[in-house]
Amino acid sequence: MTLPSDRAGISASDPVHDAEIAARLFLSSLAGFKGMVLRGASPARDAMVAALQDALTQAGQPVRRLPGHVDDERLLGGIDIAASLSSGRSVHQTGLLQQCAGGVLIVPMAERLDPAVSGKLAQALDTGDGPALVLLDDGSEDDDAPPANLLERCAFHCDLSTSRSRSVSDMEGSAAKPCAPLDSEAREALAGTAQALGIASLRPLLFAADAALAHALLAGRNHASKEDLAAAVRLVLAPRATQLPDFADTPPEDQPEPPPPPPDTGDQSDSEDQPVPDGPLEEMLVEAAKAAIPADLLAALAQGHAPRRVTGGGTGKRRKSGLRGKPLGARPGMPRGGMRLALIDTLRAAVPWQEVRRREANVGDDAPIQMRKSDLRIRRFEDKAARVTIFAVDASGSAAAARLAEAKGAVELMLAQAYVTRSEVALVAFRGEQAETLLPPTRSLTRARRALSELPGGGGTPLAMGLDEARACADAAAQKGRTPSLVILTDGRANLTRTGEPGRKQAGEDAIASAKAIARAGYDALVIDISARACPEGAALAQAMNARFLALPRADARQIHSAIEAVQPAGRAAA
Amino acid sequence: MARFPFSAIVGQDEMKQALLIAAVDPSIGGVMVFGDRGTGKSTAARALAKLLPPITAIENCPYGCSREDKDRYPDVCGTGPLRKRPVPFIDMPLGATEDRVIGSLDLERALRAGEKAFEPGLLAKANRGFLYIDEINLLEDHLVDLLLDVAASGENVVEREGLSVRHPARFVLIGSGNPEEGELRPQLLDRFGLSVEVRTPAEIETRVEIMRLVAAQERDPEGFAAQWAEEDDKILKQIARGKNRLAKLEPDEDLLTDAAHLCLAVGADGLRGELTLMRAARAMAALKGAKSVRREHLIAIAPSALRHRLRRDVLDETGSTTRITRAIDELFG
Repeated sequence: MTLPSDRAGISASDPVHDAEIAARLFLSSLAGFKGMVLRGASPARDAMVAALQDALTQAGQPVRRLPGHVDDERLLGGIDIAASLSSGRSVHQTGLLQQCAGGVLIVPMAERLDPAVSGKLAQALDTGDGPALVLLDDGSEDDDAPPANLLERCAFHCDLSTSRSRSVSDMEGSAAKPCAPLDSEAREALAGTAQALGIASLRPLLFAADAALAHALLAGRNHASKEDLAAAVRLVLAPRATQLPDFADTPPEDQPEPPPPPPDTGDQSDSEDQPVPDGPLEEMLVEAAKAAIPADLLAALAQGHAPRRVTGGGTGKRRKSGLRGKPLGARPGMPRGGMRLALIDTLRAAVPWQEVRRREANVGDDAPIQMRKSDLRIRRFEDKAARVTIFAVDASGSAAAARLAEAKGAVELMLAQAYVTRSEVALVAFRGEQAETLLPPTRSLTRARRALSELPGGGGTPLAMGLDEARACADAAAQKGRTPSLVILTDGRANLTRTGEPGRKQAGEDAIASAKAIARAGYDALVIDISARACPEGAALAQAMNARFLALPRADARQIHSAIEAVQPAGRAAA
Repeated sequence: MARFPFSAIVGQDEMKQALLIAAVDPSIGGVMVFGDRGTGKSTAARALAKLLPPITAIENCPYGCSREDKDRYPDVCGTGPLRKRPVPFIDMPLGATEDRVIGSLDLERALRAGEKAFEPGLLAKANRGFLYIDEINLLEDHLVDLLLDVAASGENVVEREGLSVRHPARFVLIGSGNPEEGELRPQLLDRFGLSVEVRTPAEIETRVEIMRLVAAQERDPEGFAAQWAEEDDKILKQIARGKNRLAKLEPDEDLLTDAAHLCLAVGADGLRGELTLMRAARAMAALKGAKSVRREHLIAIAPSALRHRLRRDVLDETGSTTRITRAIDELFG
């Protein structure tokens, strides 16, 4: 089989080429590579999914799509209650995982996957008796990603969102053939490359080794050459990079494609005994990885912060009114998806009909109770949503540096409290010409501490921007079923408008407008005036926001914290 | 899928040591493993379960009861001859519901036959074995509470839906998680016996060695297992000897004083710290085949036994491990 060559109209650097290679490798060993992540809704991705489906169907391997609302019974199998009741004997249904074991399960909208489902899929991948996965990731933002436990376990990550291609070449599954194992030089080069890219986990490294071998087989070689290693690095390691490789002593090569294998590839195994940890092979691989890191990732890495793809709602704190909380009484429904049967209510519903049903079924009085699906009642509970406290901190020059330290202290104290109240904390900072969410809602002290220590001070006060950012953060939290509340620490003296233009008057008006938007959204808010002398701006802001107002001219972290505690309704904070 | 041999796991000595101690003395109360993904946490836990000798259990008992259990729980056990079965290793998925975990009313039998029967859950399956929960920090709190409670008491009491069932559920709880993604409440952490921190090995040689071993294992699982069988057997014997020795070891007064001093010095909350430290030091001595429990055993296990019990000061950046080693140096220097 030949590797895909350039097609008319599609540039050689189009991501679809690599995705095609990845798909071929994936098809060659579904159980070995376990999965593929296809990011971005593009025609190329649709074509890719169709091609994969065709190839698998031709090879006689099952392919299924996972519906987003799948419940445990459908996923893992169990008793089909409706069929069991009507037939009078237990009818088992096989689960989706079992039905497509040895094949592929396509997971659309993987970024919205419920943690309950992703946990089971990850487990099936680990035990190896389920299907391989194709995750379709439609997330547009970086913080909207498929669950990390699945990303980790899928070998190939392909970003097709920028692909211009409308078609992919045909694929076919091929059985795995034996291939000479990687020599120690190749292993060292892969391990070194993974380290240079800041990939701590060992799974990608093992996937990369397998991918190099599979790539060699695909090209008709029986041992892995440099080209194969470069492909493995490009397909498996590069998309997971968390830092930019850095070779101080070598000038960066501007070589997007891996160099062709040197003519003397044959004697590679001869040099097995001489480890070359920083040899040219590793450098070549790192360069290949660098060329393959997607542009947006590259930009983020160059700025020095590793992209943190955190999935929303991974903590399972969503409102689950079927599972726990205050009992609300029963309603008709099927006990599945974690819903529990309300036995007494079910029996109560069935009892009046027994006489009629016995006659209907033509059975005697000693026959067991006659149930119908319509009798089933499930329990309902009212569960309170988790609270997210969003701090919007004015880090401008006018809110002096000392006050900033106090605000940081208060956030940390709130976070320590979050253990008890099960609430989360987010941090928005605004200064200079921007406002940004430094810390998305979290309960992790480790992350919070890092975000806080990196918070710089100084510059203008873009109050309107800060408020807008805080509101966006609150909106996102509310969408996930949590109850946001805002705490705004500022001196109220806005001097930058919403667009970042200087101008005190316009800036003040913008800030009031943003404050009113928060009031309209109906979020709980608290404005803490941290200026040295209390001034009317803060109070006006609080009024526009329909928020409580506190002037704390000389408060320290603990005072701010106790003030917040006092203002937040205790019952709701503990939700 | 063939499991990876325990002795072939490269590095991660602290985690392996904690698992072995939990195997010698399950009453220690479980092991919490902190660390990133892909560091071999579940590989090690699975490998240990596979390593252990099969248990003898009543054939069709859903709880895998031994004969002694049958006397204590006569109404739940099945009947039948005693058969050997492998040590259970239950991998609990993150999204498991309470019903699945503790067991629930057997719906099918309730509706069809009108019988009130109990359908055992994961806790029943894990009896006498291991219950492994990846990302326990993301598990719902009420489930974690419940698990720790059952793990500590050794039996699962179900009072729901008109059922009243009590069955044995003695297992070693192994939790793992990455603190960057959400933390466990200190009250819950405190109930784990040991906690270890794992990191991916940073040395190229170690990583290459791991790649080599995994490749060899994938190529020929049986051959690989045979190759390591001898090493695994040594560990197995070590555990068996440790179990026998455990009852004979009695920590002396000095050791108890040492443990109390150390807990006071690091400011570990509650009395669980001392108790676990004492038990862990004893299990450590038993594992090493020592004649008595000595201070060196205490020092070796102290970081694992106390790390997660220190009161956290949000404004103090010093890691727990550093605080413990510092206290050990000051006290026993």
